[in-house]
Amino acid sequence: MEAVTSVEVAPLAPAQASGGVRGWSRGWIAAAIVLVLVACVLPFVASNYRLFQFTMVLIYAIALLGLNIVTGYNGQVSLGHGAFYAIGAYATAILMDKFGVPYWLCIPAAGAICLLAGFLFGLPALRLEGVYLALATFALGVALPQLLKYKHLEDWTGGVQGIILTKPDPPIASLFGLQLNPDRWLFLFTLAVTVLMFLVGWNLLRGRVGRALIAIRDQPIAAATMGIDTAMYKSLAFGVSAMFTGVAGALGAIAIAFVAPDSFTIFLSISLVVGMVVGGLASITGAFWGAIFIQFVPNLADQISKAAPWALYGAAMIVFMYVMPTGIAGALRLAWLRIKRRRGRGSPAA
Amino acid sequence: MDAFLHQVFAGLATGGIYASLALALVMIHNATRLVNFAQGEMAMFATYLCWTMIQSGWPYWGAFIATVVLSFVLGVAIERILIRPVERAPVLTTVVVFIGLLLVLNSVAGWIYTYTIKSFPSPFPSKAPFGLTMVSAHELGAIAVTLLVLLLVFLFFRFTPLGLAMRAAAQNPDSSRLVGIRVGWMLALGWGLAAAIGATAGMMVAPIVFLDPNMMTGVLLYAFAAALMGGIDSPGGAVVGGFIVGVLENLVGAYLIGTELKLTVALVLIVGVLVVRPAGLFGRVIVQRV
Repeated sequence: MEAVTSVEVAPLAPAQASGGVRGWSRGWIAAAIVLVLVACVLPFVASNYRLFQFTMVLIYAIALLGLNIVTGYNGQVSLGHGAFYAIGAYATAILMDKFGVPYWLCIPAAGAICLLAGFLFGLPALRLEGVYLALATFALGVALPQLLKYKHLEDWTGGVQGIILTKPDPPIASLFGLQLNPDRWLFLFTLAVTVLMFLVGWNLLRGRVGRALIAIRDQPIAAATMGIDTAMYKSLAFGVSAMFTGVAGALGAIAIAFVAPDSFTIFLSISLVVGMVVGGLASITGAFWGAIFIQFVPNLADQISKAAPWALYGAAMIVFMYVMPTGIAGALRLAWLRIKRRRGRGSPAA
Repeated sequence: MDAFLHQVFAGLATGGIYASLALALVMIHNATRLVNFAQGEMAMFATYLCWTMIQSGWPYWGAFIATVVLSFVLGVAIERILIRPVERAPVLTTVVVFIGLLLVLNSVAGWIYTYTIKSFPSPFPSKAPFGLTMVSAHELGAIAVTLLVLLLVFLFFRFTPLGLAMRAAAQNPDSSRLVGIRVGWMLALGWGLAAAIGATAGMMVAPIVFLDPNMMTGVLLYAFAAALMGGIDSPGGAVVGGFIVGVLENLVGAYLIGTELKLTVALVLIVGVLVVRPAGLFGRVIVQRV
């Protein structure tokens, strides 16, 4: 009973919301494993188009986890994470198209490139605090499509036309007697990468590193006094975050089989921020809720008007900030705690 | 030489527009310590309102003044309704709310007026006065309007009791409250003024870049660069920064890298100023007590 009340302190503001890293009991891990197993069956029951959408959900979830590491956990506001998504996508496209590198090798390569890019961008970003970093990253997001179209890079990037790829074929024609096609294979491949990335992210955030990141976000001076190397952790957070988003970009390029500058406008970066806010700041499961939101809600809203998805995004951002600052994941956590408390009250003997 | 001077004058004209928007950013920053990411979209929306009035037969200057007044009211309303609840919230919250506002304004404009590009009239004659050849009348007019706005803002803050009260509210809210200034309303007035100044920038830039819901993205980026270059808490600095950035943009675009990388120039300027001299040319260096 006491343990429950001690964690139930309502978060004052999103930046003070504690990370959802702790409290991952055995039950949750079992639930996650069951979910993954269910997802493994999905390719053989859903249509190819639905499956493509689910693949995109997984990809966005990886990207959102990346953004959450730097913004949600570490408190460095990035409005330009679409840039790292684009770098990952372009790295993959160029490696596949110009050098004939196999697609599965492109994923770690794109991740490494983005790790470096993020770390390098994180170094000057160290000097920028709060809103100034948001400004600089916003500028990065706005300027990026122009850079990708730049004529001296055209030999590599394909200019405005972009690069067209081919979807990889499955390595085996069937699995346990079930037919595989490129879409099904891609979903399973993405699922494997997602599981791997989330395991890495979970391990990173639940322990010492995660606590250091949160400490820097909430009390930078106290954190430095405690012996946390603030500069190192901050640029590292930027690098790792960029790596996650870059891996997502690489998977996205393979899944869509096409990259072009106009798919990486500032609105991509903003969608990622929307997904993070809606899913839940500083929450690992929130990445999935956010990904589902930014994948399916625009499709539904599109039927009303071309502008409707963005109006809805904007409204969602404002409403969530006022009403549910910890996002869907935070609301679910609160609801869960409330149910548990009520149960505890119902049977005082227990 | 002629071509060079032409570039400089064109730069000064766009610089004037950046200066206006930068001034609006600085006003909001001084009042509330927030950077308004939606400033450009607010200006864009105001410009659409002006376009609607002109389409329904209003004279240009009538529509101009009506738009400025309407933007003022809308700015006050936005502060009262949206910004006030998150005034003291962490940076992330305010940034997210501003981005939300940006999206809402952008998409509502797209919804009502569609995304097709519209032309917007210029109030100035098509031929430049005094037989000048290297500068158009609209460019001269835009510079004049900017300087006039700056003068009005300066006079307002320097010589009126209300201006003094607003400065006091921005500098020391607690003491101001103790001497009877209604700080909350002063902030709202600051927002109204910023929205009105932004609206003039939008109406001046629309004849050059044409009217569409995304017209202000690039302008906003340059206004950020201008405000940072002049020092984000210095109104005069914002105007000087605006002109510098405008000229720089045109010269770099014409002689160094071509027009396709104009936004990258803004990015480099922003990051450069923030890293090398965060206080800008005229800003105060902020010292934080631990």
